[in-house]
Amino acid sequence: MARTPLVRLAHARSGDKGDTANVGVIAFTPAVYDFLKTALTQERVAAHLAGLVRGPVQRFELDNLGALNFLLHGALDGGGTVSLMTDAQGKVLSNALLRLELDVPEPVLSGLPRS
Amino acid sequence: MQVGRGSSGVIRIGCGQGFWGDTPGAPVDQVRRGPLDYLMLDYLAEVTMSILQKQRRRDPGAGFARDFVPLMEEIFPDVCRRGIRVLTNAGGVNVEGCRDALIEAARAAGVSGRATIGTVTGDDLLVRLPELIESGHPLRNMDDGRPLAEILDQVESANAYIGAGPLLEALAGGADVVVTGRSTDTALTYAPMMHAFGWRRDDWDRIAHGIVAGHVNECGAQATGGNCQFAWREIPDLDDVGYPIVEATPAGSFVLTKHEGTGGRVSVPIVKEQILYEMGDPREYVTPDGIADFTTIRLEDDGPDRVRVSGVRGRPRTDQLKVSISYRAGFKAVGTLVYAWPDAVEKAERAGEILRARLQRLGLALDRVRTEIVGWNATAGPLAGPPRPDQPEVVLRVAVHSDSRDAVERFSQELAPLVLTGPPSATGFAGGRPRVQDVVAFWPALIDRDQVEPRLRVEVRAA
Repeated sequence: MARTPLVRLAHARSGDKGDTANVGVIAFTPAVYDFLKTALTQERVAAHLAGLVRGPVQRFELDNLGALNFLLHGALDGGGTVSLMTDAQGKVLSNALLRLELDVPEPVLSGLPRS
Repeated sequence: MQVGRGSSGVIRIGCGQGFWGDTPGAPVDQVRRGPLDYLMLDYLAEVTMSILQKQRRRDPGAGFARDFVPLMEEIFPDVCRRGIRVLTNAGGVNVEGCRDALIEAARAAGVSGRATIGTVTGDDLLVRLPELIESGHPLRNMDDGRPLAEILDQVESANAYIGAGPLLEALAGGADVVVTGRSTDTALTYAPMMHAFGWRRDDWDRIAHGIVAGHVNECGAQATGGNCQFAWREIPDLDDVGYPIVEATPAGSFVLTKHEGTGGRVSVPIVKEQILYEMGDPREYVTPDGIADFTTIRLEDDGPDRVRVSGVRGRPRTDQLKVSISYRAGFKAVGTLVYAWPDAVEKAERAGEILRARLQRLGLALDRVRTEIVGWNATAGPLAGPPRPDQPEVVLRVAVHSDSRDAVERFSQELAPLVLTGPPSATGFAGGRPRVQDVVAFWPALIDRDQVEPRLRVEVRAA
């Protein structure tokens, strides 16, 4: 096991729908995806983003893309023009999520293309 | 009747604008730097309609995306010569006004009589709202369930998101340029596919491919390497980034690509990022023309700058359309000051506290005050950890909201004085007082399809 930030395991893109942000997390390899499906739970994400997201976190699986989609409700201070946040549209919430650190088994890490 | 070309049975649909304000040269490149059959241009974001409605109240000839007109003047000769058909929602809240301006542009470009313009109207529900509410359509907010009646007197604009139906009618009527109001962004891409290939309106799987094509296409260069986190340093020539092109086939599957010789990149990881952009429940991407299941998308590398998309499953459309309503929701202002080393974060934090205390003493009716320190915690919040003591500089950013314009105005007068009355080392106030902005909020709602679609009007006439 090695403590590893998500940014080494996946790339991501985020966007908004009203006061809800989404973060799509795309695993770099199939092995990483299988690992993230068990380790990157909605509870884990909710705990990590507790200081940024007021509402619940929902997770959806896209096995076809090796990706997880997280909906972060109440993340944007009302969203759109109502929000007072710099990141009113959640454009870089993906980056905040990629800071999350996970204990990753060595075999999963060995398959990664780059560090 | 014109039918999209492509003897190989393939049509190429390019995106020229992903939002109003996108690169002005992108659509010009799309029509000049390689083969293209259709050009789609998306100009409308959620609050754009309210801005346009406001412009039209001041000037009855306004209310559409003005930038579209000089663009067409520039590319009219190209699109006429090459038979490229243009679809856009640039009509905003004044589709006829946009059409009239386009006729002028055609004259100025020397192509009068060589092109026809199709218009789609009837999506604008603003004047019908009281009658709709009265007749049992509460237009409840999809996020919190409140009925629209609660804020009816604050409403600025109301438009139904319309699908492919009227676009197909305009294309079948021979329109070379199709101008609509609140068409969905995605329909501007898949209507040409439905038209050229004669897909049945209930061919849900093919339509679902079109929906995915529209979703990937609609944000411009975000599908071709812009704003891409995957190996971003290796994406070449973003200064000359090519915008996306959907190479569609009659069976539904398509290849996402871009013109040869342009910058940027199309690859599987890049397309994955764009597929996930603004994604809700991936199993149901709802449009007026069908529902696509994004968990069924198959992506394959199809050579350099080519990604094949297939396998998409669709489901029948619903009986409702989404309505985009905007309403006045108070005022806001955002002010910034720069604080320099040493202890930049500490100084900025102290200045923020002093400002808050002063605002409190003034008894202003501010319902929200937000303090962020750009360079430390503005986007990462508590995840930023403790500030670095050697931080060279940070920006204190304070934003407030109120239903009272006076309160926000007063806030804007309290920021610059901090330079002389607060912690040391403040600068960057030369921009003057923060501007008080009207806040226009978005109210998503649903309406029965039969309240809107019978009233849509399609007209095709010569330019």
